[in-house]
Amino acid sequence: MKERDFKIYRGDDERGELVNYKCNVSEGMVVLDVIHRIQADQANDLACRWNCKAGKCGSCSVEINGKPRLACMTRMNELDDNETVVITPLKSFPVMKDIVSDVSWNYEQNQKIKPFSPSKKDTEKDFVMMQKDVDRVQHFRKCIECYLCQNMCHVIRDNEGKDKFAGPRYMTRLASLEMHPMDNADRIEDVKDLHGSGMCNITRCCTEVCPEEIQITDDAIIPLKERVVDRFYDPIMMLFRKLFGKKKETTN
Amino acid sequence: MILTLGEFSMLDISGIKRLQFDVLVIGAGGAGLSAAISASQEEGIRVGLVCKSLLGKAHTVMAEGGMAAALGNVDDRDDWKIHFRDTMRGGKMLNNWKMAEIHARNAPERVRELEHWGAVFDRTRDGLINQRNFGGHRYPRLAHVGDRTGLEMIRTLQDHGIHQGIDIQMECTALDILKDKSGKVSGIVSMYRETGEFIVFETKTLIFATGGAGKSWEVTSNSWEYTGDGYGMAYEAGAELIDMEFNQFHPTGMVWPPSVKGILVTEGVRGEGGILKNSEGKRFMFDYIPEKFANETADTEEEAARWLKGDKSARRPPELLTRDVVARAINTEVKAGRGSVHGGAYLDIATQRSAEDIKRKLPSMYHQFKILAELDITKEAMEVGPTCHYFMGGIKVDAETSMTNIDGLFACGEAAGGMHGANRLGGNSLSDLLVFGNLSGVEAAKYAKKLKSIPKSDDEDIKRIIKSATSILNREKGNNPYLIHEDLQKNMQYNVGIIRTKDEIADGIERIEKMKEEFKEVKAPGTSQFNPGWHEALALRNLLISSEAVAKSALLREESRGAHTREDFPTERKEWLEYNIINKKGTGGEMETVKVKRSEPDNELKRIASSSIEDLEKEVKLDHQK
Ligand SMILES: Cc1cc2nc3c(=O)[nH]c(=O)nc-3n(C[C@H](O)[C@H](O)[C@H](O)COP(=O)(O)OP(=O)(O)OC[C@H]3O[C@@H](n4cnc5c(N)ncnc54)[C@H](O)[C@@H]3O)c2cc1C
Ligand code: SF4
Ligand code: SF4
Ligand code: FES
Repeated sequence: MKERDFKIYRGDDERGELVNYKCNVSEGMVVLDVIHRIQADQANDLACRWNCKAGKCGSCSVEINGKPRLACMTRMNELDDNETVVITPLKSFPVMKDIVSDVSWNYEQNQKIKPFSPSKKDTEKDFVMMQKDVDRVQHFRKCIECYLCQNMCHVIRDNEGKDKFAGPRYMTRLASLEMHPMDNADRIEDVKDLHGSGMCNITRCCTEVCPEEIQITDDAIIPLKERVVDRFYDPIMMLFRKLFGKKKETTN
Repeated sequence: MILTLGEFSMLDISGIKRLQFDVLVIGAGGAGLSAAISASQEEGIRVGLVCKSLLGKAHTVMAEGGMAAALGNVDDRDDWKIHFRDTMRGGKMLNNWKMAEIHARNAPERVRELEHWGAVFDRTRDGLINQRNFGGHRYPRLAHVGDRTGLEMIRTLQDHGIHQGIDIQMECTALDILKDKSGKVSGIVSMYRETGEFIVFETKTLIFATGGAGKSWEVTSNSWEYTGDGYGMAYEAGAELIDMEFNQFHPTGMVWPPSVKGILVTEGVRGEGGILKNSEGKRFMFDYIPEKFANETADTEEEAARWLKGDKSARRPPELLTRDVVARAINTEVKAGRGSVHGGAYLDIATQRSAEDIKRKLPSMYHQFKILAELDITKEAMEVGPTCHYFMGGIKVDAETSMTNIDGLFACGEAAGGMHGANRLGGNSLSDLLVFGNLSGVEAAKYAKKLKSIPKSDDEDIKRIIKSATSILNREKGNNPYLIHEDLQKNMQYNVGIIRTKDEIADGIERIEKMKEEFKEVKAPGTSQFNPGWHEALALRNLLISSEAVAKSALLREESRGAHTREDFPTERKEWLEYNIINKKGTGGEMETVKVKRSEPDNELKRIASSSIEDLEKEVKLDHQK
C-alpha cells in the first residue's frame, strides 16, 4: 500500500480546475479503482462512467497523463512511481461533468450509416459464409466503441473536421459492412461524401490508441479509400462517367 | 425544468417535461433492445427505450461464452426437445415449464434472425454458425463469437434498432411506476442523469428489461447498473417477485489481484477443454459428480480427454457439470485447505490447448489476464473462485405474454423470473433475451392497441416520487450511500452467500432492517448534475428490496436445490418441488414472503423432461427422419 497523488478535472465545459487528491494504492489496482475510492471516501459527487471494469464496454475512456486510455485497463504500476497522475476528460468532445464527456456526436455519425442490407433471398435460409471470409469483418467488430480513436484523430480534435468526417470508428464500421459477404448495399459514394474518407491523411494515431488493437488505418481506412479511388478517380472510370453519365456508373 | 434545492415543498410540476408512448421499454440490454425492435414492427405503435448507461454499454455487452440454441450445426442430433430437457434438469425441474418450452423452441429462429441483422458468428467448416460446448448442454450448442458474444449481440441489436423509429433516451434513470385509478400502468417518472432533470413518460405499457441485482454481493461479476431497479420498482407497484432465493454464483471469477476479484472468467474456458485442479495438483471435479449426472459424465481423465478430441462415444468431462455443482466443489476444496495461493482453484487451459488456439478462441480472456493479473494463460493456470453472477428469480410473468400481475406491465430478460428455475445453464440467458424480448414486445404492442388512450396518472404520485428523490439531496446531513451499500454487500456475502444456514440468514435479514432505517436518512452531497452519490442513493432502495426478497425467500426454502444451498437442509426435498416462493408488498407496507403451489405441467413436457437421454435421442432421430 502506498499513498499516491492525483489531479482530477472537476467542473463542466465552461469552467473547471484540476483538484488534488491523495489515495492509497495497493497491488493490482487500476486507475478506475482509484477513481472509485476517491468517489466513495472524498468526493461522492465525482462523475465518471464505467460498466464492465474489464475492457469490454468502452465506457471509461479518459485521458491519463494526457494519453487517451481506458481507466479500467490502466494499471497503477504501469505509471511512474512518483509522478502525480492527472486524469482529465476526452479532449475532442464537450465535457458533461468532471471526467465525463458528451459523446453524442458519435451516435449521430452512426445513425447516418446505411445499415446492413442482405438480399431478401439470402435471408430466407441460413447464411453460408466461410470463416476466412469473415475473419476481417470480425476483427472490425471487436470495436467496443470507446471512442479513444475518435478522440485522438486530429481531424476531429480540430473541431471544424467534425462536420466533414465520421472518424476512424465509423470508417471501421463502414469497412465491416462493405466487407460483409452477405451485404448488398453500396456505401462507396457515402464513404467519400457523407462520411468524408478524404479527410483522413493516414497518420495512424487512431490505430495506436485502439485498446482492441484493430488495424483501423491499414485494414479499414486504406481499403475504403482505395474503393473510393477506384470508383471516382480512376481515369478510365472518369471517362466512362463523362461519356455515360454518373447514374449508370454508380448502379453497376 | 431543473428542480433545485428547496423547491420541493411547494412542488409545482406543471412545467415538467412529458413524453407519450404506446410501448416504453426500460433497459437497453439484449432483452430491452429485442423488445423495442419487435414492438416497433407493429404499425402505429410509438416505442420508447430508456436506459441508465449509454446505448450499447448495458450488461449484455459483457457476455462472453455464447447463446444456446438447438441449431444442430455441429451435432445434428440436437433438437429443441433435448435443449428443453437439459434446461429443466439444469434448473432442477423448478423452471416454469411453459417458458422453458417456448425458449427452447424459439431460440434457433431468433439466433438466425440476429445473423440476418448483421451478427457475424464464428463459422463451422461448412460455413454455418459454429456452436461450442458448455456446462449442462448435451451437445455443442452455443453460437458464439470468440469470447465476446455479448458485444456482437448488443451491437447488432443497437445498429438494427436505431433504424426502427424508436425514441431512445440514454443515461436516464427510471424511478417509479405510475398507475391509473383502476391499477393499470399509466407511466413512469424518470430522471436524466446529466442534468438531474425529471421527466414523466406517459405510456400504455411498460416493458421492464432492467437486468438483475448482482451488486448486492461483494464478489460479483456485475456492474454498477445491476441494482435491481426493475425488481424494486415493480415490487413497489404491486408486482410479484418469484424464485428470488436462486442466485447463481458462477464458479470461475478472478480471485487475484484484489481489485479485480469477481470479474468473470468465461465458462468457455472449460468448454474449450480447461480443467480444474487443487493445490495438490489433483483434478478434483471427478469427486463431485452428482448421481443424477453420473451416467452422462466421464469418470476418468482418459475418457474426458477422448471427449475433448471429439470422440462422440465419450462422455463429457466433469468440469462441464452445471454451475451450482462446480461452484460448490471449488468452495469445498478451498475450505478443506486445498485452495490455490489466493484462495481459489486452478483453471488450466495452457496444458490442454495450443497457445494459438487459446488466443483465437479466448482472446479477451487472454487479454484480461495479461493486463489485469499480469499472467499469460497460454503458459500458466488461472486462479478462479465463485462470483455472484445472475438472478434466476425476478418479476413474475405469464409465460405466454410476459405480462405481470399489473395490467400493462411486462418483464423480460434477467429482470423476469421463472424460466431458469433453480439454476441457469450457461448460454441460456442470451437466448432468453432474444426469445422473451421479442415475445414481450409483440404482446405489449397488442395490449397497447386495445387501449384507446393512455391511462391517466395522478399528479400527486408524480410529486411524491420526485420529492422522495430530491429529499436525498436536500437533507442537511445524513448517511453516506456508498457506505451503506458496502455494508449491504458484506452482509449478503457472509450471511446470504453460496452456502446458507438459518441463523446466518436471519442475522442477514435483521441487518437489512437496520440498513433500511439508515437509508431513510441517506444524504448525497452536491447538486443534481451527474451526481453518482445521488444515483447510488436512488439505487439503494432497490438493492435493499432485492436483498430482502432474496434473504426472506432463502430462509423459507428449507432444502438445497440448484443454486440455493442450505447447510442445515443439505439435500433436495421432494415436497419443495411443488412450490415457488413469491414476495410481494403487503397491505401494511411490509414484505410478504409466501409459498405458492406450482401448476401442473403439460404431460408431454413432463414426459420429455423425464425421459432417459437414450430414449429421447431415439425419438429425436425418428422426428428428424420424418
Ligand atoms: C461477465 C458476464 C458474462 C456473461 N456471459 C454470458 C454468456 O456467455 N451467455 C449467456 O447466456 N449469459 C451470459 N451472462 C449473463 C447475461 O449477460 C445477462 O444475464 C444478460 O445480458 C442480461 O440482459 P438483459 O437484457 O436482461 O439486461 P442488461 O443487459 O443488463 O440490461 C439492463 C438494462 O437496464 C437498464 N436499467 C436498469 N435499471 C434501470 C433504470 N432504473 N432506469 C433505466 N434503465 C435501467 C440498464 O441501463 C441496461 O440498459 C453473462 C453475464 C456477465 C456479467
Ligand atoms: S489515420 Fe486518419 S482517422 Fe486515423 S487518426 Fe490519422 S487522420 Fe484520423
Ligand atoms: S476502433 Fe478501437 S479505439 Fe476506436 S472506438 Fe473502436 S475499440 Fe475504441
Ligand atoms: S469499464 Fe468497460 S471498458 Fe472500462
